[in-house]
Amino acid sequence: MNTNNSNNKEVLLQIKDLHIDGFSDNKWHDIIKGVDLTLHKGEVLGLIGESGAGKSTLGLAAMGFARPGCRLKSGSIVFDGQELMGMKERNKRELWGTRIAYVAQSAAAAFNPAFRLMDQTIESGVRSNTMSEADAKKDARDLFEALQLPDPQNIGDRYPHQVSGGQLQRVMTAMAMSSRPDLIIFDEPTTALDVTTQVNVLAAIRKVVRQFNTAAIYITHDLAVVAQMADVIKVLRYGETMEEADTRKMLSHPEHPYTKSLWAVRSIEKTPEPKTENVLEIKNVTAAYGRGENVLHDVSINLPRGRTVAIVGESGSGKSTAARVVTGLLPPSQGSVLFNGEALPAKLSGRSVDQLRRIQMIYQSADTAMNPRHKVRDIIGRPLAFYHDVSGAELDKRVEELLNMIELDASYMDRFPGELSGGQKQRICIARAIAADPEVVICDEVTSALDQIVQEGILKLLLKLQKELNISYLFITHDIATVKAISDEIVVMYQGKVVEQGVKADIFSPPYPEYTELLLASVPEMDPDWLDKVLDADKIPLDAS
Amino acid sequence: MHPIISTVLKRLGLGLLTLFFVSIIIFSSVEMLPGDFGESVLGQAATEETVAAFRKELGLDKPAYQRYFDWIGAVAKGDLGTSFSGRAASGVDRSRRVVDLVVPRLKNTLFLAVMAAVIAVPLSLILGITAALFRNSFYDRSVNAFTLISISLPDFFVAYLLILFFASLKVLEPFGIVFPSLANISADMPLGERLFKSALPALTLTLVIVAHMMRMTRAAIINLLASPYIEMARLKGISKFKVIVHHALPNAWAPIVNVIAFNLAYLVVGVVIVEVVFVYPGIGQLMVDAVSTRDIPVVQACALIFAATYILLNLLADVVSIASNPRLLHPR
Amino acid sequence: MSTASDKGYSAADEVGSVLEQRTRWQRVKLALKSAPISAWFGMVIVFAYIVVALFAPFIAPYAEDQIFAVPFGPWDSDHLVGTDQIGRDIFTRLIYGARNTMGIAFATTLLAFVIGGGFGLAAAISGGWIDQILSRFVDVLMAIPSLIFALMLLAVFGSSIFNIICIIAVLDSTRVFRLTRAVSMNVVVMDYLEAAKLRGEKLNWIMIHEILPNILPPMVAEFGLRFCFVFLTIASLSFLGVGIQPPTADWGSMVRENASLIQFAQYDIKAGITPLLPAGAIALLVVAVNFIVDWFLHTTSGLKDEH
Repeated sequence: MNTNNSNNKEVLLQIKDLHIDGFSDNKWHDIIKGVDLTLHKGEVLGLIGESGAGKSTLGLAAMGFARPGCRLKSGSIVFDGQELMGMKERNKRELWGTRIAYVAQSAAAAFNPAFRLMDQTIESGVRSNTMSEADAKKDARDLFEALQLPDPQNIGDRYPHQVSGGQLQRVMTAMAMSSRPDLIIFDEPTTALDVTTQVNVLAAIRKVVRQFNTAAIYITHDLAVVAQMADVIKVLRYGETMEEADTRKMLSHPEHPYTKSLWAVRSIEKTPEPKTENVLEIKNVTAAYGRGENVLHDVSINLPRGRTVAIVGESGSGKSTAARVVTGLLPPSQGSVLFNGEALPAKLSGRSVDQLRRIQMIYQSADTAMNPRHKVRDIIGRPLAFYHDVSGAELDKRVEELLNMIELDASYMDRFPGELSGGQKQRICIARAIAADPEVVICDEVTSALDQIVQEGILKLLLKLQKELNISYLFITHDIATVKAISDEIVVMYQGKVVEQGVKADIFSPPYPEYTELLLASVPEMDPDWLDKVLDADKIPLDAS
Repeated sequence: MHPIISTVLKRLGLGLLTLFFVSIIIFSSVEMLPGDFGESVLGQAATEETVAAFRKELGLDKPAYQRYFDWIGAVAKGDLGTSFSGRAASGVDRSRRVVDLVVPRLKNTLFLAVMAAVIAVPLSLILGITAALFRNSFYDRSVNAFTLISISLPDFFVAYLLILFFASLKVLEPFGIVFPSLANISADMPLGERLFKSALPALTLTLVIVAHMMRMTRAAIINLLASPYIEMARLKGISKFKVIVHHALPNAWAPIVNVIAFNLAYLVVGVVIVEVVFVYPGIGQLMVDAVSTRDIPVVQACALIFAATYILLNLLADVVSIASNPRLLHPR
Repeated sequence: MSTASDKGYSAADEVGSVLEQRTRWQRVKLALKSAPISAWFGMVIVFAYIVVALFAPFIAPYAEDQIFAVPFGPWDSDHLVGTDQIGRDIFTRLIYGARNTMGIAFATTLLAFVIGGGFGLAAAISGGWIDQILSRFVDVLMAIPSLIFALMLLAVFGSSIFNIICIIAVLDSTRVFRLTRAVSMNVVVMDYLEAAKLRGEKLNWIMIHEILPNILPPMVAEFGLRFCFVFLTIASLSFLGVGIQPPTADWGSMVRENASLIQFAQYDIKAGITPLLPAGAIALLVVAVNFIVDWFLHTTSGLKDEH
């Protein structure tokens, strides 16, 4: 699909020097700053960028639509010879749903909860007067089948809350497809899904897009995903085009340094170090929330001193619950947690201040992990005062030292968290954990909310601190690239059980247990042929969702 | 059992339980009466025997829980007890049954409340929905400013303003309309006259609740229109009108019914003030009079009726939102 | 956008669209500068009311309960807006009314916040059965319309100022409880609260340092709104004759006492609007407070966006 020669094809969408403004703080700010975009018939363009790049805004603008609080300021958007800029909404509506369709990120929210899936799927097709209702329903069932949805004949009679997220996303693709549009905008359709679900949705979307030769704009922040879907990739940052090229060329010869930075995390890889004595042992732990079902079943995990053990798993695997057991927030119903060979009291309230000090935690979202009304000085200073009884000028000196350790300087002391960037916030959280002088730090998805290049910086910082302070990390993540970058040992969890534990090299080489194989096979790689290979190798059960 | 039936039954049970606790609170208010209360009702000249007889009639010689069940049992049978007024130190008892006091006035109050609701509910829904649809337009801003001010006005201020213009200054006199400032209606009045005499009180109530109801409707609709599925419907090219009627409305019932119930419950409170201003013979005025004379059985009866109405309205709103929730209608 | 990508990564460079640092005072000045006219109007009115309330004895021409010969006297130079039904100067009573009505409403609101805020915070932090019991109890109390409840309790306990303050404060504290509990819940689920617990912090440190600073803005706004509501409730009770009792000057009872004058509006418009003066005074204050709260909510939620 990546071989077409775009010069010979008819232009479907032409955007020239587009400027879009957004309203906040009582002012208009520019979100899109003069972007050009050309899309040919039947071509798939991948629009990639990190949070705040303006990629969704640009995607919607391709329909001539601006969200409330945004406005199309200047430039031109020509779709199949018609100028959408300044076109009346009544006229744009004739294109929407029939010739240009939209697939939203959160399928659960984008379906009307009050109607059956079928009624929503055929709405556009029937409206465009190309089909009778009965024909549209038959066609929708065929589309459901093509998209590998279970029970395609009857799934349309269900309500949105009755089917899973991965299925809903495919129904939404059927909805967009129902009137056979010339162009579909996919706005991060798989971002909210687990990796093993994502593969199925990606495969299904690509299949129908090729089948009907539909042009598409595929928006995502994941370069590996877009490599499977797109003929051409456009990299966007702060509302400007950084680079645009054919997919294969982009992957093999990226030109702009920013594009290269999108690989950043994949370029780090920790060399595993020899085993040491265990500082933390989770022994045969079974746990449940309240009187609910067990979330952890007989889980045992060992953490050697000065090393990193990564716990990998999808949502619902119990990896965060394991962390809660270690911290004492969730006392286990069976089993125990040993620290330096001695059993820790199960409940938080039973632990001594010194026991608490030795295990620190860093959270996924630095925004919610710091009190927005506290200054950096107080955030880092509190553990110093609390555990080490430091105060006055000595406290300021220690805070400054810690700031230097995380590569920031004393000028940050009087800032509130709101006055810091995402990566700086996470650094302050790291400094707060280090301030306690801990032996074990639990890192709960600490990089997953950050942009790629910032992730790289944080991971390098964690590695550096581990070397200097001989800290052990219990590193919880769902991202395989991050695991490769930071871990010595790996624990794979699935549905509350440990599937596999071992050193990195062993886990990443065959033979694999069934789930590990599925998980590893599902992670998209920076290879445009990856999806084809996976599908050919038949490693992924396609009817799963 | 279908989850919707079990959820409704659960909600009904909760409503009954609330009513039970509320009745306990209302009952125990008598328990808090100061000890010399018998004398203050019967007057200084009351003999010890009459006071003792009065206390016995109140059942103060029996344990509290037994009196509660006697009282609530009687209420369930429609017997609300006997008024304190009309009793004298001599032991002569010209007091009336509370039911006879309350029922005719309750009918009057319901008449007034229904009249106000019939005007206010459609009016505020139309104003609220249109303001939400034309958000930030001149129309929206002016309706908003008007309602913000009228929320701030005390109910009696609105009432006297209306009296000033329509009854005293007679601004509508050229059209042959002069509203009476007193709404002294009676049971044998023809309906037309009754409506005319109740016009100003009903208008006051309408003005008071339209402001609240309109603002809440507007907020509910704006909240609804911000849902991703509404944006999706727009992006499917569906006309504005159809998006509202077909996609928004089926999901709007629950919030709208809640707004209506909340404001009708508010009407209950507004009614007390308005009845006093216009000397309208309703249950609110009865209650205020009974409070001034500390006629506890009447106060209890009125409080129970007001609270029951309030609980019932909220119950009704919840049942409607349960019944319109697709997750409960079509369980997995 | 070139800094990070061209020179390699550096944490201090990573600024993007981050806010500049401002001190608290700078932020207050900035907010005042951009305050809309309605907010200024509100602030001027509230300030004027407070001055009148504080210095009532110096401003008022006569004593609060001084009686003159002519009841329902006309507006003239001696009595700016006439006299009431027993011949007291209405202008004087309007001024003292500011002090009494506002003072009582303020005390009531404060008490309601102490009760409702305290229990709300406790319910949010402790959770579990304490939260359940408190919340269900409040549900029951709120199932009785508060004016009706107040009327009933006043019938039982009698209408003294002390009783009014206690009764209204307890009834209104239910709403404060709900708000405090709700906003505290938003803070309680935050990771930084968990971090404080994991650090081993004591309950009162968490309440004072972690929760309180974050719930303050909505609570301040709510104080304004609750004050309006309490103020209107007390005025209504006084108007009904079961609130603040004579001879204490109070705007609600003044409306009631002079209400009959309205009938004479067609002969003497000044007499006709006399009973509306105290009612207007109530309305103006409530409008003013509402304007300020509206603006305050707008600016603080704006600040929240920034953080």
